[in-house]
Amino acid sequence: MKKLLEVKDLHISFHTFAGEVQAIRGVDFDLYEGETLAIVGESGSGKSVTTKSIMRLLPQGNSEIKSGEILFNGENLATASEKKMQKIRGKDISMIFQDPMTSLNPTMTIGKQIMEPLIKHRDLSKSEASKRAVKLLDLVGISKPETRLKQYPHQFSGGMRQRVVIAIALACAPKVLIADEPTTALDVTIQGQILDLMKDLQKKIETSIIFITHDLGVVANVADRVAVMYGGKIVEVGTVDEIFYNPQHPYTWGLISSMPSLDSQDEELFVIPGTPPDLLHPPKGDAFAPRNPYAMKIDKEEEPPMFKVSDTHYAATWLLHPDAPKVEPPLAVQERQAKFRASIKGDK
Amino acid sequence: MAEKLLEVKNLKQYFNIGKPKEVRAVDDISFDIYKGETLGLVGESGCGKSTTGRTLIRLYNATGGEVLYNGVNVHGKKSGKELKEFNQKMQMIFQDPYASLNPRMKISDIIAEGIDIHGLAKSPKERLEKVHKLLETVGLNKEHANRYPHEFSGGQRQRIGIARALAVEPEFIIADEPISALDVSIQAQVVNLLKKLQKERGLTYLFIAHDLSMVKYISDRIGVMYFGKLVELASADDLYRNPVHPYTQSLLSAIPLPDPEYERTRKRQAYHPDVHQYEDGEDVRMREISPGHFVNCSEKEFEQYKANYNHNK
Ligand SMILES: Nc1ncnc2c1ncn2[C@@H]1O[C@H](COP(=O)(O)OP(=O)(O)OP(=O)(O)O)[C@@H](O)[C@H]1O
Ligand SMILES: Nc1ncnc2c1ncn2[C@@H]1O[C@H](COP(=O)(O)OP(=O)(O)OP(=O)(O)O)[C@@H](O)[C@H]1O
Ligand SMILES: [Mg+2]
Ligand SMILES: [Mg+2]
Repeated sequence: MKKLLEVKDLHISFHTFAGEVQAIRGVDFDLYEGETLAIVGESGSGKSVTTKSIMRLLPQGNSEIKSGEILFNGENLATASEKKMQKIRGKDISMIFQDPMTSLNPTMTIGKQIMEPLIKHRDLSKSEASKRAVKLLDLVGISKPETRLKQYPHQFSGGMRQRVVIAIALACAPKVLIADEPTTALDVTIQGQILDLMKDLQKKIETSIIFITHDLGVVANVADRVAVMYGGKIVEVGTVDEIFYNPQHPYTWGLISSMPSLDSQDEELFVIPGTPPDLLHPPKGDAFAPRNPYAMKIDKEEEPPMFKVSDTHYAATWLLHPDAPKVEPPLAVQERQAKFRASIKGDK
Repeated sequence: MAEKLLEVKNLKQYFNIGKPKEVRAVDDISFDIYKGETLGLVGESGCGKSTTGRTLIRLYNATGGEVLYNGVNVHGKKSGKELKEFNQKMQMIFQDPYASLNPRMKISDIIAEGIDIHGLAKSPKERLEKVHKLLETVGLNKEHANRYPHEFSGGQRQRIGIARALAVEPEFIIADEPISALDVSIQAQVVNLLKKLQKERGLTYLFIAHDLSMVKYISDRIGVMYFGKLVELASADDLYRNPVHPYTQSLLSAIPLPDPEYERTRKRQAYHPDVHQYEDGEDVRMREISPGHFVNCSEKEFEQYKANYNHNK
């Protein structure tokens, strides 16, 4: 598969009164054509900052891309001019923000908001753009699109507004769609419709999607691959099956174990102890070490590199070092791994 | 668990009555809550879950019906003393941990507000001791007492909300989406805490949420709402194993599970209210399909549902 986007050793800081917040501390990942990459991780781990930097939408003034590259079509977006970025945003790369209420302009009709990028990036005339807008609303499942175009956001329900936001993001058939918690505010039935819609549209216009969410059920539904972030870094990346059935990083173990399964009842839910790292003063060794029941001496001294688990699966934990002692992951994870081994045997 | 703490009878809550935008947010619902249990309330956005909770705790006067708490009518006339007693027994934890704490108040004062109102501390020293004890109970510490809400993460704020609710030693807590805004591992912290407190203090909960896996995990029984009506009520296990109402089936079929294999083959089931084809004036109400399992249905559907239910069991 072809690489569409390459993020290499990205470092981003915020300059605040208290000092320099090192929010992103060396992030690497690739995005392939037509795939959905999910990014998961604790609140504050850097998911939004990473993706906003791809669009170069970080707050001006106190944010700084310190080093690293964001390669797209042979161009380094990390250093691209604002003029260049304006041509890319909404056309080649577009973004759906978390809150459907605030990402629409309440004073402008839905039609105008969909037509805007079409007129700007595709040089369509007003009547052409309007025809296309009708098609787009129809595509995202909104009935009577001609009438709907003339209405304002408050005349739409939450789920419908989110469909409109998706229609706008997809107006120019972007190569990359970044969706930051696009369904978190919605209830499960509408969430399901939106996920199906995104997958369906992805096939039709061959977009690659970066999908941020903390709902692991949603990840299992949409993702081809998953990147797990902790403390400003990606600590594990793999195919969706590798991450859910054969996770290697103790933080991923914690995440997976915290979810109740539909048949667990009385036992206490697993909780990751402690608090997230202070990114004003990032620790010397593995940032997860203080919360990691499996931490070894080396974790406190030296950051683990990415160890290879398979061609598609990497994790940054010293537990994967050949000299590390064998440890027992939490029970929930062991059960998943057993299933994984069985399925691999089955394949052969 | 047979003792009823709360009886809700034909409760109605309408907004903008008589106007064109009249909303029947809660439209004739009845259920009981037993002492020491957790009753979960689920349903799509806007179906009336929060309004139900808010009406129970008297934030609204009911449009119709009644709510009995230990046999006493919640919305009936009361003396100042009775009202105060009432407010102490029932507490609410709100949906939004960011908006529900006054940003200008210190944590100690937020938590002690109820202690002051109800005169539960005899001296400033006792007041402070209580605050420290409460912070500890919810997994925070003494040092946090002098800080302000913005210095806390979402999960910590939600625990401050819990400490505030516990401060007046209530018997019954309405938790309105207490975990929706939090990330997975913090959700687990808060849910463990609620369960532990229930065990230790015999608390009774009404737990409102849209995360159905968490609701299943925490609830003894679950009620499903659709457009202001209760459409199904059953024990948590029975509801998930044998959902009867087509809306409940649709809701359960949409829960995303952290299992890629399962997700690849999942089929979601849509719900269209026209499947019922009720005739004008048909008697549609809650009927008991099996002991403790109620479904909103017509007489005709009842026979059909019952046959299917017994067949599937
Ligand atoms: N404008 C800013 N000024 C200072 N620090 C910031 C700013 N924006 C983000 N940060 C910090 O950068 C880090 C990463 O934030 P980010 O918003 O990417 O988290 P996230 O993973 O998206 O979390 P969430 O799941 O809560 O959305 C956090 O520690 C945050 O406090
Ligand atoms: N104060 C009010 N005035 C008018 N309408 C209201 C008021 N409060 C709620 N409603 C309406 O009543 C209905 C039920 O709202 P409610 O907040 O109870 O829903 P909910 O089930 O809690 O939804 P969510 O899951 O989104 O929190 C909605 O249509 C809402 O718009
Ligand atoms: Mg974010
Ligand atoms: Mg609500």
